[in-house]
Amino acid sequence: MANMTAPEAVKPKPVATERPPAKLFDLARDKLRDLNLFLHTRAALEGAPHIHVNNPDGAHSVACGLNANLDVHIHGHVGYYAAGMNQLASVTIHGNAGPGVAENMMSGRVHVKGFASTAAGASAHGGLLVIDGDASLRCGISLKGADIVVGGSVGSFSAFMAQAGRIVICGNAEDALGDSLYEAVIYVRGEVRSLGADARFEPMNETDVAAVSMLLDRAGLTHSPKEFRRVASAKSLYHWHADADQEY
Amino acid sequence: MTTLALEESAGFDRHTIEYIQRAAASGLYEIRGLGAKRRVPGFDDLLFLAASLSRYPLEGYRERCSTKTVLGTRYASRPIELAIPITIAGMSFGALSARVKEALGRAATELGTSTTTGDGGMTSEERNSSKTLVYQCLPSRYGFNPDDVRRADAIEIVIGQGAKPGGGGMLLGQKVNPRVARMRTLPEGVDQRSASRHPDWTGPDDLVIKIKELREITDWQKPIYVKVGATRVFNDVKLAVHAGADVIVVDGMQGGTAATQTVFIEHVGIPTLAALRQAVDALDDLNMRGVVQLVISGGIRSGADVAKALAMGADAVAIGQGVLVALGCNSDTYVSKDRHISAVEDYAKLGTAPGFCHHCHTGRCPVGVTTQDPELELRLDPMVGAKRLKNYLKTVNMELTTIARACGKQVVHHLEKEDLVALTVEAAAMAGIPLAGTSWIPGRTAL
Amino acid sequence: MCGIVGLLIKRPALRDQLGALMVPMLVGMTDRGPDSAGLAVYTAPVPEPSHKLSLYSGANQVDWSQLLLRLAKELEGVHEIAPTGTHAVLTSATDPDLLVSWISRHAPAIAVLSIGQSIDLYKDVGAPADIAERYQFKSLRGSHLVGHTRMATESAVTPAHAHPFTAGRDFCLVHNGSLSNPHLVRKKLEPLGIRFETDNDTEAACRFFEWRLREGDDLRTAVQRGFSELDGFFTFLMGTDQELLIVRDAFSCKPAVVAETDDYVAIASEFRSLAHLPHIKHATLFEPKPEEIYSWRI
Repeated sequence: MANMTAPEAVKPKPVATERPPAKLFDLARDKLRDLNLFLHTRAALEGAPHIHVNNPDGAHSVACGLNANLDVHIHGHVGYYAAGMNQLASVTIHGNAGPGVAENMMSGRVHVKGFASTAAGASAHGGLLVIDGDASLRCGISLKGADIVVGGSVGSFSAFMAQAGRIVICGNAEDALGDSLYEAVIYVRGEVRSLGADARFEPMNETDVAAVSMLLDRAGLTHSPKEFRRVASAKSLYHWHADADQEY
Repeated sequence: MTTLALEESAGFDRHTIEYIQRAAASGLYEIRGLGAKRRVPGFDDLLFLAASLSRYPLEGYRERCSTKTVLGTRYASRPIELAIPITIAGMSFGALSARVKEALGRAATELGTSTTTGDGGMTSEERNSSKTLVYQCLPSRYGFNPDDVRRADAIEIVIGQGAKPGGGGMLLGQKVNPRVARMRTLPEGVDQRSASRHPDWTGPDDLVIKIKELREITDWQKPIYVKVGATRVFNDVKLAVHAGADVIVVDGMQGGTAATQTVFIEHVGIPTLAALRQAVDALDDLNMRGVVQLVISGGIRSGADVAKALAMGADAVAIGQGVLVALGCNSDTYVSKDRHISAVEDYAKLGTAPGFCHHCHTGRCPVGVTTQDPELELRLDPMVGAKRLKNYLKTVNMELTTIARACGKQVVHHLEKEDLVALTVEAAAMAGIPLAGTSWIPGRTAL
Repeated sequence: MCGIVGLLIKRPALRDQLGALMVPMLVGMTDRGPDSAGLAVYTAPVPEPSHKLSLYSGANQVDWSQLLLRLAKELEGVHEIAPTGTHAVLTSATDPDLLVSWISRHAPAIAVLSIGQSIDLYKDVGAPADIAERYQFKSLRGSHLVGHTRMATESAVTPAHAHPFTAGRDFCLVHNGSLSNPHLVRKKLEPLGIRFETDNDTEAACRFFEWRLREGDDLRTAVQRGFSELDGFFTFLMGTDQELLIVRDAFSCKPAVVAETDDYVAIASEFRSLAHLPHIKHATLFEPKPEEIYSWRI
């Protein structure tokens, strides 16, 4: 599991006169409720799309439920559910993320510079989640259409019951990758310790190569798409009554 | 003259013989809808002690009996205010048709109560027709999205349901039509496999954090319900309180489903009667009665059931199966253009008959309730359905107030467990209510 | 249903601050465990043949000096008692088994929470911050500790059910999660002479390890065996006089974060509890992988 060196707390930036000033919150002093309320109601209206948050110190639910084209930077490590149910916003975590980062995201972009704990991107429908470091178990569990790019490796049961979307893994995967997969597709560059039920390797086609290339580019990574293998569902669990015709 | 030797075995009765023969033929477990069919101790085993010389009744009509009910007062800035303590339980679009969801919403709005989405997300039919809508957050998270979270009046985090505690949702391919498939992000026609645990939290210590996340997303305005299927109810209710729930919903084993393994329905979970007693004890133990509200469900059928549930300490009930029966489930006819048309043949095609049908899982509901088939679903007219449901719930509410008045209560929530007695030893023990004519509660008081 | 914390000081000069560093960690886990808390701290060991026993009188008022007098009269050996309210550390060269049996006969209201040469154990009902204040946790000194905050699950909220659970000498365990076969484990161990005090699922795990250690397994071997015999979900944090050890089950649903610097190793269920440790910004942070045993020696 990757480790993370010191994320620096941000000092207020010198302000360029053309741009609206960046808004600064310090969770060592400000209440989480005030930050989230501001992000939900006032940030878009005030034309303050750039928001910096210092000293998150593992707080939960930071910048969750966003629904506007904001650019949020969190300087430090966050707890559970950072950017949960994100829509439209760009949230960058200059540190590590706890369980469920960007869970149920609908659109927008979430970027974790450190590592992500379990259930990263759980049930996300759209948007892009980028994790520079490793992701723990169940990365992309129940995925519903979003894209996830992991610069490092992922833990066991990643893409469990993933229904739609794409997961690009630049490192390795542990056990049971893609167990009970539906239509989501996984691209993995490193070793896979084991595949899950109904998951199988398939040859990469041109569409796959193009997709991986695009996603890596959006994540700021430079690996060659040709180094990736495709994992998808064998679709043998799609119908339970497959053997019901065999009556005796 | 010979007499036939027709001695049925209790252990290997016809039902069991058929089960074994079917398993031998197909190699598959049976899947069906509705709830536990076998007899278990329940509300029918309780009776009311009404007015007498020592307790005076209220007059009907003239002397008011209030049914107003408020749920979610603990933390939310906008609790749910209902005119009656009878709500409509969570049932999915997918299990039910969109027209049914509209009928439920219309009836609920007219009566001043709430409906609940199910394991398939929120439809516009339901949101537009139902004035008060509780939005479920389930392990599958099918269709769950922040826009609907913000549109909802309350959020219900579902840990399990009475029909299958420990199991996930189930929808067979024949009901995964294009619209259902789109809402659930599934391929059309595929048998839906469902998760039994939430993807991003496990256990009450993590539920604390999940509840707070949902509060943050909704700016602390909406009540958060937590629903459990009835198993270790005493512990679960205490933990749900600790985790921060505003309202706790407990669903007993008689609770229905549109599809799950029969073996789950009949053999997992405890009766609603026992679950309710445990839930109320847990709230009392934490001194949370009135702070955290309790909704009980699982085989609630009549005003008598509602009255008994309230007397035992519930703040409200949720009805699922009863609502479907009001709409036409197990009726021998459906209504089309103001005429009753026989559906008996269609029941027969399914291998069943009105009064016995539990074939929701097939999607071939003869009366258009639990179907996605475009022809069959027309058999349920939303306006007719809404009217029938309104009639049923009004009747239930009138029965409730009749009983409450007879017990001398001006407010139905003043019904108390001392207004009840039990008919059997099992019911007395499970409900914690004395056997009629005695002061004996098995397991709690001496004989 | 729980929060766990662990701390091992690498730099001896920092051992005086063990308690001060730990209190915010423990209080940080209050949301996860508001009902009760417990802590095992490993101090400089008392010399052979002495042992320390942590005693707890619960709701009962006990005159500790009276107890000391009675002990001195009835049992040979030198005894010392250091009380803090309802808790006391009894140091004695007398065979601890004799002491335990004397206490159970002559002072049955007193619970013996731990026995060892380094370990002191505290557990009580109430909010973690109140418990920390009650026993002056901030003043504790030692090499390492294992702590726990509890939200009651299947068993009652009593001090006995609070973690850590102990076994043998200087061994303790805390658990976040829920075991699904604790009663079977108990049924297997009781005939083998292992005594249970509660019906708590964590105690079943503790007694399982107690059994394996008694049978000669080292701790790592015992934990390996636990993977197949203990069913359910767990993050276990364990302490011996020499070591701190953490392990998670194959599903790793219950969280754990580790922060390591040259001065300390700190463990908690959430990073929140580690955020205020000195030099945390330069710590190596990671989450333990499933079914891997991580340990640090003092």
